[in-house]
Amino acid sequence: MFRYIVRRLLQMILTFFGATFVVFALMFANQDDPIQALVGEKTASDSLRAALTERYHLDEGFLTQYWYYMKGLLTGDLGKSLTGRDISEMLADAWPVTIRLAILAILIAAAIAVTTGVYAGIRRGGLFDNGTLLMTLLLLAMPIVVLAPLAQLVFAMELRWFPATTTKNATLYELLLPALVLATTVIATQLRVTRTSVVENLRADYVRTARAKGLAPRRVTWVHVLRNSLIPVVTLIGVDLGVLMSGAIVTEEVFNIPGVGFNLARGIRTEDGPLVVGFVSVLVIIFLIVNLAVDLLYAALDPRIRYE
Amino acid sequence: MSDPNLITVAEAPDVSGRSRSLAGDAWADLRRNKIFWVSAVLVVVILLMAFLPSLFTSADPGACALSNKHKGPTGSAIFGYDFQGCDVFARTIYGTRASIEVGVLSTLMAGVLGLVFGLSAGYFGGTTDAVLSRLTDIMLGVPFLLGAVVFSGRLSGSEDDGVWAVTLTLGVLTWTSAARVMRSSVIAVKSQDYVAAGRMLGASPGRLMFRHILPNSMASFIVVLTILLGTNIAAEATLSYLGVGLKGDAVSWGLQIAEAQDYARIAAHPLIWPSIFLAATVLAFIMLGDAIRDAFDPKLR
Amino acid sequence: MTDIKATMDALPGIDHRAPLLQINDLHVEFRTRDGVAKAVNGASFWLSPGETLAILGESGCGKSVTAQAIMGILESPPGHLTAGEIRYRGVDLLKLPEAQRRKVRANRIAMIFQDALSALNPVYTVGFQLAELFRMHRGMSRSDAKNRAVDLLDQVKIPAARSRVNDYPHQFSGGMRQRVMIAMALALDPEVLIADEPTTALDVTVQAQIMGLLAELQQQRNMGLVLITHDMGVVADVADRISVMYAGRVVEEAPVHDIYARPGHPYTRALLESIPRLDLKGHQLNVIRGLPPALTDIPRGCAFNPRCRYAKDPCRQDPAPPAYAIAPHRTARCHFFREVLGE
Ligand SMILES: Nc1ncnc2c1ncn2[C@@H]1O[C@H](COP(=O)(O)OP(=O)(O)OP(=O)(O)O)[C@@H](O)[C@H]1O
Ligand code: SF4
Ligand SMILES: [Mg+2]
Repeated sequence: MFRYIVRRLLQMILTFFGATFVVFALMFANQDDPIQALVGEKTASDSLRAALTERYHLDEGFLTQYWYYMKGLLTGDLGKSLTGRDISEMLADAWPVTIRLAILAILIAAAIAVTTGVYAGIRRGGLFDNGTLLMTLLLLAMPIVVLAPLAQLVFAMELRWFPATTTKNATLYELLLPALVLATTVIATQLRVTRTSVVENLRADYVRTARAKGLAPRRVTWVHVLRNSLIPVVTLIGVDLGVLMSGAIVTEEVFNIPGVGFNLARGIRTEDGPLVVGFVSVLVIIFLIVNLAVDLLYAALDPRIRYE
Repeated sequence: MSDPNLITVAEAPDVSGRSRSLAGDAWADLRRNKIFWVSAVLVVVILLMAFLPSLFTSADPGACALSNKHKGPTGSAIFGYDFQGCDVFARTIYGTRASIEVGVLSTLMAGVLGLVFGLSAGYFGGTTDAVLSRLTDIMLGVPFLLGAVVFSGRLSGSEDDGVWAVTLTLGVLTWTSAARVMRSSVIAVKSQDYVAAGRMLGASPGRLMFRHILPNSMASFIVVLTILLGTNIAAEATLSYLGVGLKGDAVSWGLQIAEAQDYARIAAHPLIWPSIFLAATVLAFIMLGDAIRDAFDPKLR
Repeated sequence: MTDIKATMDALPGIDHRAPLLQINDLHVEFRTRDGVAKAVNGASFWLSPGETLAILGESGCGKSVTAQAIMGILESPPGHLTAGEIRYRGVDLLKLPEAQRRKVRANRIAMIFQDALSALNPVYTVGFQLAELFRMHRGMSRSDAKNRAVDLLDQVKIPAARSRVNDYPHQFSGGMRQRVMIAMALALDPEVLIADEPTTALDVTVQAQIMGLLAELQQQRNMGLVLITHDMGVVADVADRISVMYAGRVVEEAPVHDIYARPGHPYTRALLESIPRLDLKGHQLNVIRGLPPALTDIPRGCAFNPRCRYAKDPCRQDPAPPAYAIAPHRTARCHFFREVLGE
C-alpha cells in the first residue's frame, strides 16, 4: 500500500507539472505577440500592455514566465481579469453553486448507472438489457450542446416542469434539470462498464461459492458481485470528472448558472485570456487531485492492489 | 456410426468452421448485425450530404433575407428560417461538411500520432515506453475541453473560418486513447509465438511491425478511431458553440445551435434540426464502432 | 443453534431412517446455441452417514454438474435439470420451495470447490466470508460471528487464526486457502460434504495433508463425504465405495476393495489399467483408446461401446444396459459383466 501511494504521488507530481506546463504552453506558445493572445481581437491600450507584461513577465524568458505562473498558482494568486476583477475572488464566488451542481449530477449518474447496469448485467441478453444498451447508445450520441438547449426547451420552456434559468443561490430543485443534463454526459459509459463488469463477475467461481453457502440471490448480487464489479467503475470517476467539467461549461452557460463554467464560458466569449488561463489551471489541479484520490479509493476497493 | 470414416466426415464441417480467420468471422458476424447496416447506411448518407450537398437542396445557405426571419416551413425551406432569415434546411445540409471535415481530419491526425506513439511505446518498451506513457498521462491530466478552449482560441486568425485551428486542437488533444489501445495490443501481439519466432529468425523490427504486429493490432485501433470520429464531431460543435471553434461565415451545426438558442422561446425549429443532425451523425459513428467491436469481441454480448 | 436444527427438522417429509442422500435417475442438459448437451443422463447413487463415496470418471463425464445439481447451484440457463430425484433424508429437494432449499445448502449439504483462489471472493477477508454464514443463517452479531470464524480456522489448523482471519484470500498459500474453503463448508455442521476435486490444484505433499484433514474432520462429525476425483490412488486410501461415471451415467458402483480386485465394467477396468503402478514399472501403460463421446451426440445403446473391447451387437442397440446387480452391494451397467468379472 505504502509503495503504491508513493509511486502514485510521484507520478502525480510529474503529471502536475506536465499538465500545467501544457496549459501554459497552449496559451503562449507560437505567439508573435502574447499580449494579443491574452486580449483576443481587442486592441490593448499601452497601460494594459504594461500591466500584462508585468503580470506575466512577458519581457523575460519562457521558462521564467512559467516559473512565475506556477508560483502564482501555488500561492493562490491568479491575477486580475481584463475587466479588472480579482480572479481568485471570482473563483471563490463561483465555486459553491458549481460544487452543488456537480455533486448532484454525480449522485444522479452513479445511482442510475449502477442500479441499471447491475440489472442489465443480471438479465443479460434480455429485453431490459437490450433496451438499456440502446438508451446508452442514444445518450452517447447526444453532445452536451444538443442535450442542454433541447432539455431546456422541452422541460423548462414548453412543459414548464423546471425553471429555465437559475441564480447563484439556486435551490436543489432549480439545479435538478441542469444536473440531470450534466449527469447524462457520464451515465452511458458508467452504465456500460458496470454492466460488462457484472456480466463477467457473475461467471466467477466465487459467485458459485456464495450460492453454495445458501445466501439469498439479493445478497449474492449486491454484496459479492457488486463490490467486485465496482472496481473498474471507480477508475472511471477520474475520467468522468473531466467530462463533467467540460459539460459544466456548456450547461452553466445554457441555464445561466453563475458558477465556474459560466464564468469560463463568458471569459472565452469575451476573449479574456487571464481569466481563462486562471480558471483552467485551477480546474486542472482539481482534476489531478481527484484522480489521485480515485487511485487511493481503487486501492481501498481492491485488496490485491493494496498489498502489492 | 462406429465406422471411423463416417465420424470424420460428420465432423468435418465443424472443424473447418472453427478454423476460419478472425477477420472472416468478424465480417460474417457484421453482416448479420442490424445495427451495423443501420449505421453504415447513415454514414453513407452523411458523407453524401457533406460532399454533394446540392443533391439534397438547391437553396444557397448564404442567401438570407431578414424578411423571412423565424418563418415556419415553406415549400423549399422545409425546416423554416432562422433569426437572420436563412433557410434552416439548406444551412443544416451544408453544415455537414464542416463537421465531417473537422472530424475526419482531426481523427486522422490523432490516429497517426496515436499509431506512432503507441506502436513505439509497445514495441520498444523500456525507456521509450516510460517516457511516452508519462507523456500520455500528462495529456490525460488536462481535461480535453479545457485544453481545447485555451488552445483553439489562440490558433485561428480573425479572417479564416477556423477549420484548421479546430482540427489541430482536436488532433493534438485526443490521440491518447488511440495510443493506449495501440500500445496494449502491440504488447499482447508481441508476446505471441509467431512474433517471437519471427524475431528469432532475424526479422528486422520494421518488418515485424508492419507485417505482423500492425495487422493484428488494427481491429481495436479502428474501433477506437471510429468512435473518436463521432466524439470529435461532437467536440467541434461544442467548441463552435462556445465561440472557439468555427467562426465567421462558416456553416456549422454548433454555430447554428448557439445562435438559435437565444431565440428558442420564439422559434424552436432552428435549434431542433441541427441538433438532430448532429446527434444522428455522432450516433452513426459510435454505432459503427460498437458493431465492429462486437464483431471482433463477441464474448460479452 | 439447536433450535435452528430443530426448525430444519421441520422439513416436510423428513425421515431420519431414510438414506442420508439418495440420487435417483438424475438428468441434466445444457441448452446452448450449438445444441443440447446431455451432461448427466440418469445418474443414481446413495450415501450413508460417516461414509465416503468416491465419484470417478474422465474429464467432462458430468461429475461437477451432478454435484452442482445436488447443491442446486446449476447455472440456469443454460443448465436444466430435466428429470430425477435428489432426496436428503427422504425429502425430495427438487420439490422444496427455493427459500427452504437455500437453507439446506451449507446447513445440511455443503460443497468444496477445486480452485480455492477463484472460489473465494477476492475483495473480502476470509473472516468476513466465514462470518457471513453465521450472520445470514444463524442471525449472529458481527463480533460473535467473527469469533466463530476464528474457531473454524483453528479447527482446520491454520496457524495464528486470530490474526489471519483479517487476511484476504490472495494472502494465503494454496493449501491454506483450501483449508479456508473446508472451514467454510463445515461452518454450519452439514451432514453431507461434497468435495469436487479438492486437491487437484495443489502439490503432492499438500494434497496428502488436505486429504488427511478432510478424513479427520469427517470422522469427528460422522459426515457423509462425496469425493469427486480423478486420482485412483487417493480413492484407494480414503473411499468406502466408488461410483464410476461415464457420459453422465453411473456405470459401476461397488465397495472400494471389490472394485480394485475385480472390476465389473469394462470402463472401470480400463481406468484401473491406466494407473501407473510402481510394481509394473517398465510395462506399457494402458491408455483408454478413443475419446469420450460428444455430449450432444451420445452413442446409442451402451455409451461406451465405440471404445469397448468387449462390445458386441446388443451393446449398439437401445435400450442402454440397465444397472445389473452383479454381486451384493454392487451394480454395473454392462450386458457382459460376467465376462468382465471372470477374466
Ligand atoms: N455452464 C455450462 N454450459 C454448457 N455446458 C456445460 C456447462 N457446465 C458444464 N457443461 C458441460 O457439461 C459436461 C460435464 O461437465 P462437468 O464439469 O460435470 O465435467 P467433470 O466430470 O466435472 O469434468 P472435470 O473432471 O474436467 O471437472 C461438460 O462436457 C461441459 O461441456
Ligand atoms: S455393455 Fe457392451 S459396450 Fe457397454 S461396456 Fe458392456 S460390453 Fe462394453
Ligand atoms: Mg469437474
